Amino acid sequence: MQLAELRRGIDDRTALARALQEIVGPGHVFTHPADLIAYEYDGCNFMAALPDLVVCPLSRDEVVGIVRAAGRHRVPVIARGAGTGLAGGAITPIGGIIVSLARMKRILQVDLDNRYAVVEPGVINLDITAAVQARGYFFAPDPSSQSACSVGGNVANNSGGVHTLAFGVTTNHVLGLELVLADGSVVQLGGRGADEPGLDLPGLVVGSEGTLGIVTAVTVRLMRRREGLLTMLGIFPTIEQASQSVAEIIASGIGPTALEMIDQLTVEAVEPAVHAGLPLDAGAVLLIEVEGVREVLAPSAGTIDALCRRNGAREVRTARTEEERHLYWAARKGAFGAMGRLAPNYYLHDAVVPRSRLPAIMRQVMEIARQNGIRVANVFHAGDGNLHPLIPYDAAVPGETERVMKASEEILAACVAAGGSLSGEHGIGFEKNNYMPWIFSETDLAAQRRLKRAWDPEDLMNPFKMFPTPISCGELMVRRPPRLSASGLWI
Amino acid sequence: MAMRSTAPEVPAAQPIPRLAVPELDRCIQCGFCLQHCPTYRILGVETESPRGRIHLIEAAAQGRIPIDARFEEHMYVCLGCRACETACPSGVRFGTIIEAARAEIGPTGSPLARRLTRLALRHLMPSPGRLRFAAALLRFYQRSGLRTAARALHLIPRRLAEMEALLPAVPRRFFAPRQEVFPAIGPRRARVGLLSGCVMSVLFADLNEATIRVLRRNGCEVVVPRAQTCCAALNLHNGERDRARAMARRNIETFLAAGVDAVIINSAGCGSTSKEYDVLFRDDPAYAAKAKQYSGLCRDVSEFLADLGLAGRLGEVRARVTYQDPCHLAHGQGIRRQPRDLLRRIPGIELVEMAGSDRCCGSAGIYNLTQPGYSRQVLDEKMAAVRETGAALVVAPNPGCMLQIASGIRAHGLEMQVRHLIELLDRAYEAAEGGSAGGTPRA
Repeated sequence: MQLAELRRGIDDRTALARALQEIVGPGHVFTHPADLIAYEYDGCNFMAALPDLVVCPLSRDEVVGIVRAAGRHRVPVIARGAGTGLAGGAITPIGGIIVSLARMKRILQVDLDNRYAVVEPGVINLDITAAVQARGYFFAPDPSSQSACSVGGNVANNSGGVHTLAFGVTTNHVLGLELVLADGSVVQLGGRGADEPGLDLPGLVVGSEGTLGIVTAVTVRLMRRREGLLTMLGIFPTIEQASQSVAEIIASGIGPTALEMIDQLTVEAVEPAVHAGLPLDAGAVLLIEVEGVREVLAPSAGTIDALCRRNGAREVRTARTEEERHLYWAARKGAFGAMGRLAPNYYLHDAVVPRSRLPAIMRQVMEIARQNGIRVANVFHAGDGNLHPLIPYDAAVPGETERVMKASEEILAACVAAGGSLSGEHGIGFEKNNYMPWIFSETDLAAQRRLKRAWDPEDLMNPFKMFPTPISCGELMVRRPPRLSASGLWI
Repeated sequence: MAMRSTAPEVPAAQPIPRLAVPELDRCIQCGFCLQHCPTYRILGVETESPRGRIHLIEAAAQGRIPIDARFEEHMYVCLGCRACETACPSGVRFGTIIEAARAEIGPTGSPLARRLTRLALRHLMPSPGRLRFAAALLRFYQRSGLRTAARALHLIPRRLAEMEALLPAVPRRFFAPRQEVFPAIGPRRARVGLLSGCVMSVLFADLNEATIRVLRRNGCEVVVPRAQTCCAALNLHNGERDRARAMARRNIETFLAAGVDAVIINSAGCGSTSKEYDVLFRDDPAYAAKAKQYSGLCRDVSEFLADLGLAGRLGEVRARVTYQDPCHLAHGQGIRRQPRDLLRRIPGIELVEMAGSDRCCGSAGIYNLTQPGYSRQVLDEKMAAVRETGAALVVAPNPGCMLQIASGIRAHGLEMQVRHLIELLDRAYEAAEGGSAGGTPRA
């Protein structure tokens, strides 16, 4: 079957565009090819799909109008935040309307006494913390892309971050949601407390990747900063020694708030961008953070130092200044964005394994890479066993994309075989939907599908995502034409 | 019944190999640039973001979309501030990419505006003499009452009248020194050239003179070659690449022949362009080495003085100041620390940082003329940040930023003034000698 055959047709494109223009104003509906093509991708740079229309609402009521118009024309709607997602969740494999929520970026209410904030979905993750940090508060989910990604996207993908180890993922920080359903009705889910009566519907919607409706407001939990924190770097000759240290640090019961692995190839990419002083010749660097009351920091740091050195660390550093601490984190968070320094394309994985299996799975990943003749950079949340093998490659080289895809599938299969899972935080999207049967039975999936159908009977909310489809992401692979060399020849 | 279509139609276009610049390949669409882009921040659409523009350019290079009016619009809504380059973890050189795209399109605007821009870029910018003549005409128009009459009688088309209103008042004096060499004061530490610039020469003659005075006081013999020309930044930013190359060649030849240790530039935009002449000539193997040598000599005046170390005694200049990072200094040349260090060296200066000091003010070359609406939105955000600081002076070492912020101060009715860093240094040296404004030693 071809994807083109599955594309939802639009009976009267002009009428639909006109209807949308009446709702949001003519300047906020896009139909020109030069505009549509800028929405054929998201943060996942290896697949692309052209939307039929792009519309940029400014309010909940406009979203309601858009969803109703789309329903009348039976056209899919795909909510999009900042477009930094890594699983193709915000692209339109079978066509439809992209509803960009980037303009809905107001912080509606901040209540520090009760530790919550109400924000629109287009608010940038870091902007929540920026709004409250002067008074000692923060919004805990902190994906590497937090300076760019939107809260709506965090809700859709149940995003994690570098402090997931201590604070959990997005669902642990969402108290309530306002959601526009497929029929245009608006529902308020959850509330402002930790446990609202009734079904835990925010829990259902967080992580549903826009398949149940469009979130138009989020009530997030705000947390108080701890008294003190220490940020450390453990520098290791090999990634296995670093992995072993992770397992032992967790087992020691210290409870670091972050435990991040950065391997040599990653340092090679990111150090020229950030200049954090990471050694280019170390096999791996562990970035470790401990937080708490002041008295506990020094003993914790002492234990971590000893454990790292016992496992062969050649150096353990502690950030002395706030600036140095920021540089360490900038190196970690800029890592995947720096992949363009290694190759024109990259494939960033997101698999989870039990922490105890880390050293073994790292060996397996490197072996799979070797067999397929590809490079792998490893930068990941070691503390929660959330791997992010990064494969830099060049789609313009014939056969390279296929090798990368083959290796990727093998890596994912190895993680699942080790008792792990398909995704830690990036979501399933259109990238891994056809692997869902690896971890769910037919009965499991049928139950999930029934739920989706109950909320969205026509399958118009971000269709073709999360659940297995007759076509997989390979169909949407970005094929780059050969490049033009300086001499003017196509190579 | 309306026809049932299966996919939006994208008209076939011819691939444009000239757009397939190597810089395109580095963008992996991570989106880290989005929040650093002034136009994305105000418009919230992907097409007005660095990542989106790169994608459009790549699509045009591949022939997936044509170069049409819509494409042109997206390319010219960009300020060219290059904040995205600072934000990009992969080191994408966006400035080079957007210049390549604009070179394919040529200048933007209505047919009349295009013709005017082209005329200015081709015939005024390369010739200091003609530029002075044009400025003198403009000065006559502004002062003789012609302007008042033209405005009263609505003689000028509305759009053009709006652009005309944004033009600054032309001062009485231009920078066209009779001598080419100014001796060092005290022991000679270096022989430097001064790129006197186009706008700087006609609108900011006193700044060029102050620059020469400060350099001389720091032991520099200053050469101002008469044969030099405009750096061609405006030509490059507005799609006039061939003309830009010709102008660059003239500067390279002139300054290399002058035998200087450094070429000093007091305008951020000129500095960033001059330092990138090597990229401009990368496809010209015969000239690449010379261009690289020249680019290697170019220094922003703050960068040069901070490296050299200030000589002599600085007197007190009492003022609360805030510093605006010119985009082409902070993002284009990575210079942030040096101007601040120099400011702090002046006794009596209190430096108060504004929020987002490295965010564009909306001047962006001739952007305030070509895109007045967006320019004003960007400026309003800037003026709010400036006002917060309670500063009496805004230091912005670039002519475009100075004009733009001055117009922002007028529009918002603020009680403050704009200064170039070099003016404050000059004043501090003067204060140390106990000189009054009237006794300013001329260069």
